[in-house]
Amino acid sequence: MATVSLKNLTKSYGPVAVVHGIDLEVADREFIALVGPSGCGKSTTLRMIAGLEAISDGIIEIGGRMVNDLPPRSRNISMVFQSYALYPHMTVRENLGFSLKIAGAAKEEMDRRVAEASGILGLDQLLDRRPSQLSGGQRQRVAMGRAIVRDPDVFLFDEPLSNLDAKLRTQMRTEIKKLHAKVRSTVIYVTHDQVEAMTLADRIVIMRDGFIEQVGTPDEVFRRPQTRFVAGFIGSPPMNLHEAVVDDGQLLFASGERLPLPSQFKANVGTGDKVVFGLRPDDIYPTGHGISSGEDVDVHQVELPVTVTEPLGNETLVFAEFNGSDWVSRMLNPKPLKAGDRVKMSLDLSQAHLFSAETGRTLRG
Amino acid sequence: MDQNSLHRVGNKALGIVHGIGLFLAMLVICLPGIWIVLSSLRPTVEIMAKPPVWIPQQLSLDAYVAMFSGVGQGGIPVLDYFRNSLIISVTSTVIAIVIGMAGGYAFARYRFRAKSAMFLGLMLTRTVPGIALSLPLFFVFARLGIIDTHFGLILVYVALNVPFTVWLIDGFFRQVPKDLAEAAQIDGCTRWQAFWQVEFPLAGPGIASAGIFAFLTSWNEFALASQLTRSINSKTLPVGLLDYTAEFTIDWRGMCALAVVMVIPALTLTFIVQKHLVGGLTSGAVKG
Repeated sequence: MATVSLKNLTKSYGPVAVVHGIDLEVADREFIALVGPSGCGKSTTLRMIAGLEAISDGIIEIGGRMVNDLPPRSRNISMVFQSYALYPHMTVRENLGFSLKIAGAAKEEMDRRVAEASGILGLDQLLDRRPSQLSGGQRQRVAMGRAIVRDPDVFLFDEPLSNLDAKLRTQMRTEIKKLHAKVRSTVIYVTHDQVEAMTLADRIVIMRDGFIEQVGTPDEVFRRPQTRFVAGFIGSPPMNLHEAVVDDGQLLFASGERLPLPSQFKANVGTGDKVVFGLRPDDIYPTGHGISSGEDVDVHQVELPVTVTEPLGNETLVFAEFNGSDWVSRMLNPKPLKAGDRVKMSLDLSQAHLFSAETGRTLRG
Repeated sequence: MDQNSLHRVGNKALGIVHGIGLFLAMLVICLPGIWIVLSSLRPTVEIMAKPPVWIPQQLSLDAYVAMFSGVGQGGIPVLDYFRNSLIISVTSTVIAIVIGMAGGYAFARYRFRAKSAMFLGLMLTRTVPGIALSLPLFFVFARLGIIDTHFGLILVYVALNVPFTVWLIDGFFRQVPKDLAEAAQIDGCTRWQAFWQVEFPLAGPGIASAGIFAFLTSWNEFALASQLTRSINSKTLPVGLLDYTAEFTIDWRGMCALAVVMVIPALTLTFIVQKHLVGGLTSGAVKG
């Protein structure tokens, strides 16, 4: 088990920089998720930690030891690939034991550790099969088993669930969480799926265009997004984000409609400031059908026309028009609504977010 | 007849037509080979008969006996030719495969300057007809003193085969997912070990087929060998066929017998290797 430390880590392909000097400290036994849209540099960062990609500048330390120029085999890491990368000419047993064979381990030791890993992952019955005879989920498990057998300092996961169907993905997600609880090792997990990141990680690193936007616990990145990008990226359905101008203690939207300026931001903005107002679907709901934040001091009521509803059983997503576009709201204990209905909406402004329109950074003090 | 019976009869008829079609196609493909084998066993009169005698009247192994009965007794130094062919073909194939593997791997895995131009250049060399090279090669080899040597012919065959093996092996390495070598490196392999433990076994069938092609090219090549060899020091089996031609006669039966002797090792090799040419060996490696 080990810490991982990235200092000013940079990657360029010729003149094109894809990772711009990022800094990150991963604690021992921590589960860190790198998340972001395609091309944000998260996989490249992981591959640099693995040693599969040379770094252009900066320092990578694993367990306090600089590994910048060490080949992958000397970093004591293991990695689960998106494509599984199982050796097709070897049986499951040989796949699991491959790293031990290369390391020259004794046969008894090899058998013991393969049995241990296959026991953890329920692969006992599959040991003599080849990868082509396994289902997607089983292959995924073998890939994880191969990582466990090595008993590495750090586990690296590169979008390991993205080739599985939705049901299996949920199942494997739980298994990964259980696995981490069992082996208690440092994990760096790359995904573009924010649900995976939120459910699995101790801390989430949100990346964009080769920069780190925010590092924080799932709760922090959800409740206190530091940038407009993070606010829009984390949460499903995404946060409602609309540009406005501060005008005499109010937010003036392009359509001419107004909302009171949330009290928590009053000290930080002044008239004429261009801002982006954000409100999660959970914090805007047909009156009487939402999660009350407990302090109704800053709840604003407004009547809006419904454009679309999406019933999900225990809740309904209601799209209502405000400022010329649809705002999505979450209605709990749903009541029947149809397009065109005018509904009294509660906007819990105590939960609202405000970002600078210019820099995209939060205006929370 | 109801519709079901009609379809059944139709399917049966289609099957018969299919069978006949396949038989005819195979006949066209196999007839020259069969004819050579038959001719090697028949007297010259029968071979030269007009109209042709389709069903052999007399069969004998005289031509084979004569072939091995030594020079001066109607025989030719077939064992020397065989040895030359084997040395030249095997050596040139091994060299072409080694170079082909290195080149094919580089083209498949690495990015480097002028990669496409180099690849195209290699392929362009294949557009030159071999026979057009015979005269320049003869002059160069004569100057270097490597006419009538194994080395000279090996050099020519390596040059002929390398572009082809590079191209073929490049294709097979491309089919081996890059992730596998990376996974092996993370599992503790050096770059070199990852190649031999993972990538080579998976590209193996492709490399074997490149090997067969290279071997057959060298084994059967006649045009250049006939220019660059002189004596039993280096004459190969295809050139040995010329021993059956005299000023006014051609011993067709002897020639056919030698052709059969020539074909046997090539056929055996292909037969041994072809069962290893299993496609889709990489299935299950990656998603899907």
